[in-house]
Parts: sequence; structure tokens; C-alpha cells
Amino acid sequence: MSTYQVPTMAEMAGKGETPEVLFWVGCAGSFDERYKAVTQAFVKILNKVGVSFAVLGPEEACTGDPARRAGNEFLFQMQAVANIQVLNGYEVKKVVTACPHCFNTIKNEYPALGGNYEVIHHSQFLQQLINEGKVTLKGGGEFKGKKITFHDSCYLGRANNVYEAPREVIKALDVELVEMKRCKTKGLCCGAGGAQMFKEPEPGKKDINVERTEEALATGAQAIAVGCPFCLTMMTDGVKNKEKEEEVKVYDLAEMIAKDMGI
Amino acid sequence: MSFLPQVIFLIIFGAAAWFLSKRVKFLRRNILLGKSETRNDQPDERWKTMLLVAFGQQKMFKRIIPAILHLFVYVGFIIINLEVLEFVLDGILGTHRLFAPFLGSFYVAAMNFFEFLAVAVLFSCIVFLIRRNILKVERFTKPEMQGWPALDGNLILVIEIILMLAILTMNTTDQILADRGVSHYLAFGGLAFSGIIQPLFETMSDATLIFIERFAWWFHIVGILAFAVYVTYSKHLHIFLAFPNTWYSNLKPKGEMSNMPEVTNEVNMMLGIPSETPSDPPSEIARFGAKDINDLSWINVLNAYSCTECGRCTSECPANLTGKKLSPRKIMMDVRDRAEEVGKSLDAGGKGLEDGKSLLGDYISKEEINACTSCNACVEACPVNIDPLSIILQMRRYVAMEESGSPAQWNAMFQNMETSFSPWKFSPSDRFNWAEKVKEEEMK
Repeated sequence: MSTYQVPTMAEMAGKGETPEVLFWVGCAGSFDERYKAVTQAFVKILNKVGVSFAVLGPEEACTGDPARRAGNEFLFQMQAVANIQVLNGYEVKKVVTACPHCFNTIKNEYPALGGNYEVIHHSQFLQQLINEGKVTLKGGGEFKGKKITFHDSCYLGRANNVYEAPREVIKALDVELVEMKRCKTKGLCCGAGGAQMFKEPEPGKKDINVERTEEALATGAQAIAVGCPFCLTMMTDGVKNKEKEEEVKVYDLAEMIAKDMGI
Repeated sequence: MSFLPQVIFLIIFGAAAWFLSKRVKFLRRNILLGKSETRNDQPDERWKTMLLVAFGQQKMFKRIIPAILHLFVYVGFIIINLEVLEFVLDGILGTHRLFAPFLGSFYVAAMNFFEFLAVAVLFSCIVFLIRRNILKVERFTKPEMQGWPALDGNLILVIEIILMLAILTMNTTDQILADRGVSHYLAFGGLAFSGIIQPLFETMSDATLIFIERFAWWFHIVGILAFAVYVTYSKHLHIFLAFPNTWYSNLKPKGEMSNMPEVTNEVNMMLGIPSETPSDPPSEIARFGAKDINDLSWINVLNAYSCTECGRCTSECPANLTGKKLSPRKIMMDVRDRAEEVGKSLDAGGKGLEDGKSLLGDYISKEEINACTSCNACVEACPVNIDPLSIILQMRRYVAMEESGSPAQWNAMFQNMETSFSPWKFSPSDRFNWAEKVKEEEMK
């Protein structure tokens, strides 16, 4: 039996190899205790399926998204230009990431600074693997027949019109997908976008994640599926706020697939 | 026969045309207070967007009841205005129902259809008034709607109701007179809707009816001309500006923030990367981001003048829904109010932009722009593709780069990113630690 492999671009370049796809882990995927599990789950799936991939490892840096949204264009471009130099240095062609903010920034905003790559979100990547029959789901796992609702991330949905891929991935698990009243183009933000993740909200009568969690709980779903590290944090906090953390779990799509695959 | 009515008509019509042209120049100048921006790419896609979104009302249909009611008013506006052409020609030539003899039965059919639309507009406007004033639909009662915006909305609906009543009154008295064989009046063999109210007028004398018919005619045409002028002072400008506004829609992915090339040059210099464009010093030292309307693009200001204050943006805004001060509709109203203020000041020989006020600070507060999650719900919700987010983000750029006035927690985040390349304070050397565990795990 062999162990899981997490090759870096530097190691591969040292061997004269080029992976098919670069897995852009993102800061949350690298540092956030909860989201590291998602990164690990996704890497296991890539190993299991035999996808030729690599990560940047210590050479990765924040895409600059929160700096740009908070108005600091200098800092954003410093980050972006440095990242683009690294990516172009390795002649990266295709990038997959589990973070919709990284996805949006690399896909839509790096081209203006000289970074042109095919960028896909891990929900789209997982959907492709399922459609191609590379991921075989048991369908009898712990999610079978359960009610699951999907929370659209703004930077995947409205920002980039990706609504179906995550839903197709969930449906492949043989679950009952229930929609919240505000879904797809009308999906309600979790409250963390636009750099809100990094500061306290302005005074108001309620926190946005609580409003959204109430809506998710109202569907009667036994689990809330997300495709974004910030949404995962916000929805998890929301569920705790409603004291439902025993009954309702919040999962990332990759975790659900990995669980079903038994890895 | 006296030419007096024709002369009076021409004077009124000429005065309205002159006044309108002055207003159009004022509005155009105000919109162009914004920075120049070229957005003419993909013309086919732009015409298509305009046809679908403005002409075809596509995004209105996300809320079906107001969509249908609005559709009546919209179709009524476009089609009944065909009749206004006849009104104008009758007014100039001193004729009565100039087109009737040429169009025959088609004219009667058209009149019946116009009457149907008039009744549909009447009905819709009454329902709209009820929604605003009795049901108090939440998006019409937000703080930014107090005072003039609420009155403006109600005035428009009342004016439209009165104009429709004038058409119906004119038609019904016209037909009674025709049936009585009074000269100039042509019988159409009954009109579907105004026929219903005929009994109200049947006992009146010919002279009274002629007076009412003429009064309604004059009231309708003068009313329409006055309304056209009023629209230029009102949030109702969307009836014209929705078309250019949708043509100039942002066709890029909504998540993409526009690049600032002036920053790229500096960043490249700092990193020792040769710039693709030789670093010509910029002709004028512009501000980073937006503090006032002249820092925004003219398209942002066009957006503001196209806003009819329906509030769909605000009703979908997560910040507003949870009680924060931010309201995307207010952002648009503020941009317009500031443009009006600067425009009026310039016309009066005043200081214009140099009046010591600015959009950010005097109209829009930092608390508002800081509350935005950049979720694009407002952009998605707008039936005429207005982009409040673009304005909010440009103001954040001003605050961050010109004032260093971002919230303390954001400044801390900036610092983390500068020193450890992550918004959180972690050591960059720990970035790959997540892999250690998984690399030791046996592959199942």
C-alpha cells in the first residue's frame, strides 16, 4: 500500500515533469483548521482517480482578492503580479481550486495582469470526474436518501454563473436535494464576501449568516452543502448560533464525495 | 373658422420642445461629469441585451405581479403615444381625428385597442398606488424614500391616471356627439370601454359635450407635454434611459473588478518588471478610486439617472436585509442628487465640483460602503442592469488608497498580506503543513 501523494510544482519541475492541473489551495485551504480537511479530501480524490496534479506548496500566496475588495489595489496587484510570475514560471495551463474567490480572481482578474489560465472550480472538476465515470460513487454512503440543501456562493453563482455543477455533484450522491427559497441567481450571501470575512459587520439588527442559516434550516435539510471556505465558516457559525450543530452538519462538496468513496 | 386654437397649440408645443431640449442638454452635461470610458465592444451582444432587458422587460419578470402590471403601463405608454402623433397633427392643422378617414375600420379597431390599454394602465396605476400607500410594500417605505421620492412616485401614478381618464372622457363625449350628428364628429359604431361611461354624459347638451370633449383633448395633449418635461426632473427618466443604460451594460463576468492600469505601472516598477507600456507620466494626476462624481465613469452617472427607485436591489441586499445602513438604491439616488447639485451650481455660475462637498462624505458614508459583501445581488436584481457595486468598490479604493481610512481590521488584514502573504497572520513557511498528515496516510 502506498500513501497519498502531494507533489509540488517545484518537485515536478525538478524531475522535468509537468502536471495536467495545478491545484490552487488558497489561504483558507492552507491555514483554516476546518478547511484543511476539505483540501485533504480533495487531494485524496485526485490521488484516487489518478489525476496528474501538483500544488505550489510554500510558493503559493494569497490571490489578493480580499485586498482588492477592500479597496487596496496596490496590495492586490503586488500579490497578483508575484503569483503570476510563479505560475507563468512553471508554465501552468490549467488551475483547479476549491475557493470561489481564488477561482474568480485567477480566472477573471489575472488576465489583465498577464496571467492567462484555464481555471475551474472544484465543483466543476468533480462533476467532470463523475460524468467521465472516474469517480465511482457507492451511493449507499451516509448521505443516501438524506435531505441536503446547497448554499450558492456569490463568487461561484452570480459572479461566474456556475449554478449546476455543484448541484450535479450533490445529486450524484443519491440524496434529496432541497432548495432554499433564495437560491441560484437569487441566492443570499453568507455575509463573508467583499472582505467582510476579515472584519466585524457594521451595526445592524442581525448577522447575515444567521439570516441565511435560518433559511437553510427551514428546508428541513439534514446537511448544508457549500463550495466555498468562507461560506463553510459562516454557515457553520450560523448553525452553532441556532444550536443545531448536533443535528445539522455543514460540508464542502469534496468532503461529501470523499466520504462516499470511503477515503 | 378661427386659427386661434392652432396658434395656441403651436406656442405650447414649441415651448415644450424648447424647454425639453434645454433639460436634455442639462442632463447630458451632468452625465458627462463622469470620467470618459469607452464601452462599445461586442455591439451585437449590446443590442441583444437592450432588446431583451429594456425593450423585452426580461428582468422584470422575476416578480410576476408587478411585471404584468408594469407591462400594461409600458405597452400603453408606447402604443398610446402613437395616437399622440395624431393629436399633434390635429393640433397643428386644426383637424379632428385626421387619420380616421384614411384608416377606416382599422382606425376603429386601433381606437378600441388604445382604450383597452388606457383601462389597463388605469388599473395598473391604481394597484401601484395601493401597493405604495396602503399595502406599504417594504421596498417603497425605506428611509431613502421619505419625502420627495415618495411624492414623485405617487405624482407620476396620479398623472398617468388623469391622462387616461382624459382619453376615455374625450372618446365617450366624441362618440355621443357623433351619434347626434354634430358636424366634425365621426361615428365609430361604439367604442368598447368609453361606451360604458356614456350614460354619465348622455343628458348633457351638445355645447356642454363639445366643451368637455375639447377640454379633455387639450388636457390630454398639454398634460403629455407637461409630463414629458416633468419626467426630466423625476426618477421616471428610466422610460428613456433604460435603453442606453442596458446597451452600456457591463458584459463581463459580474465577479470581475476592473483593473487599474495606473497602479500596474507602479507595481511593475517596484517589482522590477519592465512595463509593457512605456511609463509616460499621466497627463493629469487623477485620484485613486472615487470621492466625487467626476471620479466615477459617465456610465455610473448614466446608471444613476436611469434608476427609477424600484428598490429591488435594496430588497435583495444582504446588508440591508439585516439592518445595515447600506442601500444600493440610495447609492444610486445619491449619485444622481450630487450630479444634479453640481450641474445646477455650474449653471448658476457657482463652484460646481469645488463647492467643498463630495459624494463620499456628504452623501454616502463609509459605514454604508464598508457594509457591502460584493455579492452582486443588487446588480442581478436591477431590471435595467444598473451596477451599484461598481460605485461602492471605487469609493472603497479611494478610502483605502487616498485616505488609508479603511476599518482597522482591514488595515490589519492588509498588513498580514504584506508580511505573510495571507489575510491571516500565519507564517508563510507553514502554508504547506496541511499536506503532512495526508502524505502519511495510506491510500485506500
